[in-house]
Amino acid sequence: MTNTNTFHQPENSVTASALHLQDVCVSVENTKLAGPINLTVAPGEIFTIMGPSGCGKSSLLAAISGTLSTNFKVSGDIFLGSQSITALPPEDRHIGMLFQDDLLFPHLSVGENLKFGIPAAIKNRNERDALAEKALDDAGLPGYMSRDPATLSGGQRARVAVLRTLLSRPCVLLLDEPFSKLDVELRDKFRQFVFRHVKAHHLPTLLVTHDPDDASATGGEIIQMANTFT
Amino acid sequence: MKTFRALPSKVFRLRYMPAITLLVFLTPVGAGLISSVLPAFGYLPALGRSDFSGEAWGQLLHHPAIPASIFTTITTGFAATIISLGLALFFVAAWYGSPSYKKTRKMLAPVLAIPHSALAIGLAFLIAPSGWIVRAITPWATGWDRPPDVAIIHDPYGLTLILGLVIKETPYFLLMILAALDQTQAEKRLTVARTLGYKPISAWIKAVQPAIYKQIRLPIFAVLAFSLSVVDVSLILGPSAPPPLSVLVLRWFNDPDLSYRFMASAGAMLQLMIVIAAISLWFVVEVGVSRIFRSRSSMGKRHFFETEIKLASKAGINFLVMLFSGSLLVLVTWSFTWRWRFPDFLPSVWSFHSWQNNLHNLAESAGTTIAVGLAGSIIAIILVVACLENEKQRGKNAGSGALWLVYLPLMIPQVSFLFGVQVISIKANIDSSWVSVIWTHLLFVLPYVFLSLSDPYRSQDNRFFNLALTLGSTPSRAFWRIRLPLLLRPLLFAFAVGFAVSVAQYLPTLFAGGGRFATVTTEAVNLSASGNRRIVAVYALLQAILPLIVFAAAMRIPNFVFRNRQALKGS
Repeated sequence: MTNTNTFHQPENSVTASALHLQDVCVSVENTKLAGPINLTVAPGEIFTIMGPSGCGKSSLLAAISGTLSTNFKVSGDIFLGSQSITALPPEDRHIGMLFQDDLLFPHLSVGENLKFGIPAAIKNRNERDALAEKALDDAGLPGYMSRDPATLSGGQRARVAVLRTLLSRPCVLLLDEPFSKLDVELRDKFRQFVFRHVKAHHLPTLLVTHDPDDASATGGEIIQMANTFT
Repeated sequence: MKTFRALPSKVFRLRYMPAITLLVFLTPVGAGLISSVLPAFGYLPALGRSDFSGEAWGQLLHHPAIPASIFTTITTGFAATIISLGLALFFVAAWYGSPSYKKTRKMLAPVLAIPHSALAIGLAFLIAPSGWIVRAITPWATGWDRPPDVAIIHDPYGLTLILGLVIKETPYFLLMILAALDQTQAEKRLTVARTLGYKPISAWIKAVQPAIYKQIRLPIFAVLAFSLSVVDVSLILGPSAPPPLSVLVLRWFNDPDLSYRFMASAGAMLQLMIVIAAISLWFVVEVGVSRIFRSRSSMGKRHFFETEIKLASKAGINFLVMLFSGSLLVLVTWSFTWRWRFPDFLPSVWSFHSWQNNLHNLAESAGTTIAVGLAGSIIAIILVVACLENEKQRGKNAGSGALWLVYLPLMIPQVSFLFGVQVISIKANIDSSWVSVIWTHLLFVLPYVFLSLSDPYRSQDNRFFNLALTLGSTPSRAFWRIRLPLLLRPLLFAFAVGFAVSVAQYLPTLFAGGGRFATVTTEAVNLSASGNRRIVAVYALLQAILPLIVFAAAMRIPNFVFRNRQALKGS
């Protein structure tokens, strides 16, 4: 694992900006689920939100990425640097997200999944292939381009999902308990893999988890969310 | 004696049920096909011919109407299928989860409940040169004092036929897509694609559609086969000189000159070959198209005509909803009309005459329709439940191969095997009887009942049943007291679907009933050419009302039964 930054455009480190949440609240039918939350995540920093299941932390991430279902209400403001992204549709926010499940598209090969993430601005097919191959090499998965995702192990799939997100050149990374479904031995290795890439890409990263080990591994700031229903 | 008494219960043992069900509904299809093939080669002992020859084929292929007829069949069949599928896919891609999507979703059941032919008749009354739309804008916008002399209904290109099919097939595809969505993690796939920067429609097409498509492939084939071989809608809206092949074949079968039966059989086989070729062609094109789609999806383009598809699909659906509502309304209006002169927008004299004067016939055909519909759906429910319960108890699902078998009668053109069914039922001495009519309806009712019931039945939590057993209940008690009551809602819904399918059957009633069974559908279709709009409207409206009543009951009964059961209330 040499330079993890090779498949990412270098200028990202120059333009990287922080993620700010300002009085962000998520509610459903007038019941507050989460918030108000105020926080700032600097580029390359991993900010952890801890809380039991049902405390609204996943809804908060969905609110930030813009994928919250329409019967939820979001108030407050979300900034990327100085620009508000609160009103933007999810696809224009450039917020990458990793979930508990890897959610690789089962109808596409590993390579096609990765290329699905690469921006269309890179038009040349060979260049796209090279980028995807390079990413796989760096992740210790050389030669996996044409593999069916279903034939990969859980840890391998998780890594491909990370690569897919990173290849899409996000400005922010949101992690929705991406380690919870992996075995204990794998979990630590995969955590290091993700954190290393976050640092290398200077991504402001928000992690939600209920696992204290995840939180302590980040070395960043931690806030605790209470269960609003209790 | 003992063995004899034990026999029925042995025969009806659960594990024989799938075999019995398949026998019940594949035997007539298979035997019907064979009995239809033989006359095509000159073999029909009933007419004193048992020498094999290719004469009928020569006659068929040299028939002057054949080339144009095949052309019309193929163009209208493909056009209706492609337009309906495209519209349904694009609408869901663009509007998934939005309020207008939810509104459309609610309309699906009633649209699907109404027979094709009833809607086709309504559509004809709506868009004909003397129809409601022209009346609405005449004379102030057109200056006409008589209907323009244009062939809108029976137009030579089959455009109206295509429209009539699209009104029914689009909601059918929508329903199939909705069912597939629940099994494909659509929501999550969309979220991933959106967070990777994909616009909604592009995200849908690249991340969700491939999974959906696999699930709806069989329904697509069924719709394609149906569109290529439909008879009743073609009779009402389709081109007439020459008509689509299915209508031509029916005409030959009905010709007083019995020697036409041979050419008709050859035509029926040609119809089958066209459908098989069309499905094969679709298969081949599909492979190519999905390759292109796949290679496109790794190019990273994040938008695909987002605004255009959004607007066009909404406009398309709204247009269909308007035509649908207009078609129903015009049927209601005509059925209560006494005098309605062109170009008045509304009748000048309203009356109940059309209903009153035909009360006897209406009651009789409605009675037949209801009796056949009830019998067919009840038998179908019993067979399907027995098969599904057998699956549950043996702990394994019938594979996808079984699904192909279920779809088989829906993919084989009706004209291609119903004549054979008629020949056999004459031999078996059950022709023109309740048995043959109900049995023939069952061939089409059973697949739809199976398709609506299998998912809820298979996904029912088995722990309830097992818990009942551990509490000391016998399996049959657990089945009657726990399993079935919990499935009341899907059972009644499947029953309503079966009933609606039965009501809509035109050709099966005609062939199996030997002309002696008049249902509201056969009456409506047969009268549709008569030009007496008041009478036709009454029958067509009745066609629509009967299944709607059953659907309404199927929705409401569970709400009443479960009125004090929070967990079982409908949404």
